[in-house]
Amino acid sequence: MRVAGKGLIEREKPVSFTFDGRTYAGFKGDTVASALLAARVRVVGRSFKYHRPRGVLTAGSEEPNALIEVVGAKNQTPNVRATVQEVFEGLVTRSQNRMGSLRWDLLAVNDLMAPFFSAGFYYKTFMWPRAFWEKVYEPAIRRAAGLGSLSGRHDEGHYEKAFAFCDLLVIGAGPTGLIAALTAARAGADVILADEDSRMGGRLLSNGETVDGQPGPDWVAAVLAELSSLPNVRLMPRTTVSGAYDGGIYGALERVGLHKPARPDLPREAFWRITARRAILASGALERPIAFPMNDRPGIMMAGAVQSYLNRYGVASGKRVTLFANNDGARAVARDLMAAGVQVAAILDSRANASAVENCPVYLGARITDTSGRHGLRLIEGHHAGGAFKLETDCLAMSGGWNPTLHLTCHMGGRPRWSEELAAFVPMEGAVPGLVAAGAANGTFTTHGCLAAGHAVAEAALADLGLSPAKVALPRAEGLPYVVEPLWAVEGKGRAWLDFANDVTTKDVKLAAQEGYASVEHMKRYTTQGMAPDQGKNSNMGALAVLADATGRAIPETGITTFRPPYVPVSVAALGAGGRGMGFAPQRFLTSDQASRDRGAPMIEAGLWYRPSYFPKPGEATWRVSCDREVAMVRGAVGVADVSTLGKIDIQGRDAARFLDLVYTNTFSTLPVGRVRYGLMLREDGFVMDDGTTARLGENHFLMTTTTAAAGQVMRHLDFVHQTHCADWDVRFISVTEAWAQFAVAGPKSRALLNAVLDQPVQDFPFMACGAVQLGGVTARLFRISFSGEQGYEIAVPTRYGESLFRDLVAKAETMGGGPYGMEALNVLRVEKGFITHAEIHGRTTAFDIGMEKMVSPKKDCIGKAMAARPALVGPERQQLVGLKIATGTPPCSGAHLFTVGDKVGREESQGYITSFAHSDLMGACLGLGFLKNGRARHGEIIRIVDHLRGLDLTAEVCDPVFHDKDGEKLRA
Amino acid sequence: MRIPCPLCGPRDRREFTYYGSDDYLNRPAPDAGAGPWDDHLHLRANPAGETHDLWYHEAGCAQWLRVHRNTVSHEIYGAALVAGLKGGAQ
Ligand SMILES: [Zn+2]
Repeated sequence: MRVAGKGLIEREKPVSFTFDGRTYAGFKGDTVASALLAARVRVVGRSFKYHRPRGVLTAGSEEPNALIEVVGAKNQTPNVRATVQEVFEGLVTRSQNRMGSLRWDLLAVNDLMAPFFSAGFYYKTFMWPRAFWEKVYEPAIRRAAGLGSLSGRHDEGHYEKAFAFCDLLVIGAGPTGLIAALTAARAGADVILADEDSRMGGRLLSNGETVDGQPGPDWVAAVLAELSSLPNVRLMPRTTVSGAYDGGIYGALERVGLHKPARPDLPREAFWRITARRAILASGALERPIAFPMNDRPGIMMAGAVQSYLNRYGVASGKRVTLFANNDGARAVARDLMAAGVQVAAILDSRANASAVENCPVYLGARITDTSGRHGLRLIEGHHAGGAFKLETDCLAMSGGWNPTLHLTCHMGGRPRWSEELAAFVPMEGAVPGLVAAGAANGTFTTHGCLAAGHAVAEAALADLGLSPAKVALPRAEGLPYVVEPLWAVEGKGRAWLDFANDVTTKDVKLAAQEGYASVEHMKRYTTQGMAPDQGKNSNMGALAVLADATGRAIPETGITTFRPPYVPVSVAALGAGGRGMGFAPQRFLTSDQASRDRGAPMIEAGLWYRPSYFPKPGEATWRVSCDREVAMVRGAVGVADVSTLGKIDIQGRDAARFLDLVYTNTFSTLPVGRVRYGLMLREDGFVMDDGTTARLGENHFLMTTTTAAAGQVMRHLDFVHQTHCADWDVRFISVTEAWAQFAVAGPKSRALLNAVLDQPVQDFPFMACGAVQLGGVTARLFRISFSGEQGYEIAVPTRYGESLFRDLVAKAETMGGGPYGMEALNVLRVEKGFITHAEIHGRTTAFDIGMEKMVSPKKDCIGKAMAARPALVGPERQQLVGLKIATGTPPCSGAHLFTVGDKVGREESQGYITSFAHSDLMGACLGLGFLKNGRARHGEIIRIVDHLRGLDLTAEVCDPVFHDKDGEKLRA
Repeated sequence: MRIPCPLCGPRDRREFTYYGSDDYLNRPAPDAGAGPWDDHLHLRANPAGETHDLWYHEAGCAQWLRVHRNTVSHEIYGAALVAGLKGGAQ
């Protein structure tokens, strides 16, 4: 219930939200947990395994119990911590992990079966009979297990990813982080201050302490006011730094819109990559529970959380509160409660020699041995130095001490160090280069100590950054020492929980030790301790201590608790923001794209490009009909195709020709100006990298074309060869792929079509010529090259003229019985002509394999030449490029394997495979290209084709790969 | 991970394309024979510790860099332009 006059919530801004269908009132500044506690809602969830009723345990992101689903119009988010989710008008939430109602969960029967559900239960029980696992056990277990549920639909929410850079990243905005940020900011450093909470201030918002004589929250507000007035500071509330990575990079998840009603333009979350020259880890500390019998009832909470709910949210977590602690921290909580008018039943101090002077009963040397209250704590029992006790209480605030929140220091392999004095692990120094832990995160548990440490590490960071510190006076604050006497578990009859979220008890850990799982890593996997959404934040230390005890070892020799990123669960939607659907990869569009779509051409992907597949005409029922028409059109009249996707590299310099001689197998220094030559490029290991034509535009000026697929690889390769082997040569090159739109004009009427668009008709322009032409006053480049086997040209214009030239060419072609053709026809044309693509030069073929070994010039060195000459790469045992003539009507069989007729069909008998396939009207057959062992010597042989995938078993005639116009008469026409 | 490009400054490693050991800088003579060529292309040390390898600043200045780094600590000591090394690793 609310306590008048307490809390930092905005009481003038009431908010209503629903939980399990019921409407609750809260205030702006409330979390779902604080609002439910204010409404005396005690059971907020069910535990994972036993379906025990559970209440709020903590007031932070480490919460293991109060996990809820947040239901939006387009989203359903499971495992949201009610202690983090802020309330807003219209928020819809519900409990999870229950069957039926939360109060009367039908699966609570598991709790009665608890004796059977000990550690390793699933491993031991559901093994037999084996066939039952998939059909019976697993579906049943999966239905009953799991925290929360998914909608099964796409998350249509908007997510972002973002990048930031700073001199100093301060992680956590408690006293340590605030003073560190202020110290660095005043000195002029670029500072990012990130804090997980919606409101900055850390424990100063909750612990009731004063700083410089003013209430903690007032001092916080003054520091934040100054920080937000400085242009070199970025404040990032609701931002959890989730991981530390190489090079001073930190991952951070910002909850941008999760505290507001959904809006289309409002991101839900943003995942940040923050690059920081220095970082200060001021993430504070987490209070740890005590494993006493039946310690999981709703109403049993962390003492620090009870204090937070009181001082920050103005909520009393119970009517009659008891405290159970092994340190002095709980005393302040008790005093705050009493000052606010909340009854305190007693302070149970586990230490025998602590002070007994308080305004309430104090039991020293106390242990709780049992609790009762099915849906909420009613009674606790135990003993103390003076005898037994039995207390009626509805809220127990426990404190087993504090663990520094050192998780980030483990993310790059750092191993925490055990501090006997604090009975806790503290960060290893230098664990993350550039990051230093300070304040409570480093084991300093007083406000005064935190302020001093934050100031000191910020000054050290400034020195590293080469900045001189500005004056920051250290404020006065409390500095009473933190005294703790370890108490991890209390013996008793009932179960004592370590991991609330995964229902792991001290008995499970002891059983693991007994069964030989004595290493921490084995114990965790056997019991599932630390594997719930809180990742052991509440339980690692306790489980380790119990394991140490069970195996008769000290804690540091038993093992350490270590942590991997992320610190909190990070949604995949935020990590992959922008990468869904069409955001998955960039899209590259041709200048003719719209013109092609206007004609109804289906577009297919070619790398990142989109190219027209075919151009359907009315009445054409299938792609085959359109494709066959386009092929006949090119062979009989003229066709136009956009070939701009080919890579184009402009190469210039006095050594340009010499450079091409090095990267190509054949010679380019002998190529006359105004001519084009086909070139073959090898990798240094002797295999074919790419092929294409290169034009000599001037004495020291070449234009290389690459295949679409290998454009990037070739550019990388050219840069490599140049920079590593001949950096002193006078040659420079740059990709001009996007600068030119290039169209193939192919067919017997290609020259007539060109003459219809060019300012001057094409004069003497033989096969493999190139040169500048004028087109409506624009200078274009004309190349007499062909990928179709017909008389053909390619004409290139600056990109901005591409679309109009394409439309013009196509319109004029249509008056001549021609038109545009797409990728399908292009493929048929090139297969008929035996031209190869990356289906053939797929990285495992040599110049010899494709019949081009004569293109490797004996007169000069080239990249790949030495290795291409290896004996195993030339000879009859190689699979060589062949053509295959297959019966018409055969379905596509690329990928099918080739077998000698009469041979067994097996992997070892395979003679080769098919790489390309086309239906050819021209040849009256289906045509294939492929690789066949000793293939060039086997022309005329009938070979068997087997494709188990498609269920094909055919025969074909092996032949020369060039089916059409073997002598190239049409090309040269 | 960030790589200090001599031309562009420290940049995110996603801008770079990895190639491999700087052994690739020492191209054998064309007639060196199968052994040296096989070593050059295929035989690699796999050091736990300091290493020199080649990265291409593909989304930046298009320069190949020889990066000196540590495979254990992930520390990056520096990077030099391959073009400035005049065709040989030191
Ligand atoms: Zn660069």
